[in-house]
Amino acid sequence: MGFGALNIERNEPVFHHEWEKRALGLSLCAACLGQWTIDESRHAYERISPRAYLRASYYEIWMRGLDTLLVENGLVAVGEIYGTEPRFFSEGDNALIVLRPSDVDEMLSSGPSERTCGRPPAFRVGDRVETKNLNPKGHTRLPGYARSKRGLIERVQGSYAFPDTNAHGLGANPQWVYTVVFSGREVWGEGADPTLTISIDAFESYLSRA
Amino acid sequence: MLPTRSWRFKLRPPVEMESLMTNSHGGHDNDHSHLENDHENHYSDMEARVRALETLLTEKGMIDPAAISEIIETYEKRVGPRNGAAVVAKAWTDAGFAGWLAKDATSAIASLGFGERYGSRMRAVFNSADEHNMVVCTLCSCYPWAVLGLPPVWYKSPAYRSRAVMDPRSILSEFGVTLPATTRIRVWDSTAELRYLVIPTRPTEAKCMDERELAKLVSRDAMIGTGLVTTVKPSP
Repeated sequence: MGFGALNIERNEPVFHHEWEKRALGLSLCAACLGQWTIDESRHAYERISPRAYLRASYYEIWMRGLDTLLVENGLVAVGEIYGTEPRFFSEGDNALIVLRPSDVDEMLSSGPSERTCGRPPAFRVGDRVETKNLNPKGHTRLPGYARSKRGLIERVQGSYAFPDTNAHGLGANPQWVYTVVFSGREVWGEGADPTLTISIDAFESYLSRA
Repeated sequence: MLPTRSWRFKLRPPVEMESLMTNSHGGHDNDHSHLENDHENHYSDMEARVRALETLLTEKGMIDPAAISEIIETYEKRVGPRNGAAVVAKAWTDAGFAGWLAKDATSAIASLGFGERYGSRMRAVFNSADEHNMVVCTLCSCYPWAVLGLPPVWYKSPAYRSRAVMDPRSILSEFGVTLPATTRIRVWDSTAELRYLVIPTRPTEAKCMDERELAKLVSRDAMIGTGLVTTVKPSP
């Protein structure tokens, strides 16, 4: 079932290779340039071909995604990365925010990312809802297994940028987010573990009243 | 735009790009000569790619390598499961803190000096005799960095991400954890900007331990929900 057995490494080190350390830092520093949102980076990772994605290590996925983000945002040309054309260096772009060592602590603990939503929440704790059967071509945070499922609103979690638009340069469009709880049986059918419940954090437009 | 500088690294491009290379025999920095020796090693290729990209972005003035080093230092030395263990031990010994954690984990955790990257909202979920909590991110690898550090490889693997929501007991058994058949299992799929910290049950035999001793018992896995806390000290 699923993707097979786990490979649990006892006493796992924080990093397995020196390059992983630099890849982590490079990704975070590049994100701080302010040229793309976290949803755009997730979408960049999702566009790696499934065969390559499933074989790639975590930081390799990050680096492949970073190539895409840099090129798509016009910061780097493909040939500059692969060495097929000369590198060009600008004299400095004021729109870019370059992360300095003194800013790292603040960047890593920048406080909640909630965004004000202009309307009150449509659902309340205890409401019965059904997730919509949405299958967008682009990025979404509604997992496949949780589509067209009936559940209960357990908590209103605040309002956040809507990934389905924020990943595509279509604006933050903040929405209310709800913790929605499903029974294992609702999600997996008859044979499901009877003691299992699963919750997702669902954006309001994923939900309809049930 | 000024064309400048010679190659510092030779990046091996995908095969189809090799014929397009104009400078495929460029030199190496001395300290990178091991790349040649590890020619067949996948990771030496990654090493070259990462170094090349870091050099490119540094020369373009887009990143400061010292900031990268600072980030590495943070996750190697300062931020890791020890932070989460401190939160758990405080919750076990201070009912007021536990109540605050249940209601507003973001603020309660921040009061101990741990703030979440990208400003994610924290939520603490409490195990009990009747209910066991387990955390997964099926869509990517969302994880509470501020309290647990960087996620272990298994947490990010397709195997864990697919099976945690389908059959969590089979995952638990691979971790050597068997729960009573009647214990309810609650799986939290981290699909938005919320990050979850599992507060394990306090081992009953640890009654006379203080907060610091208790913190040493709390493993990373127990705070993800794939482990339990016992009085046997976890391996680091």
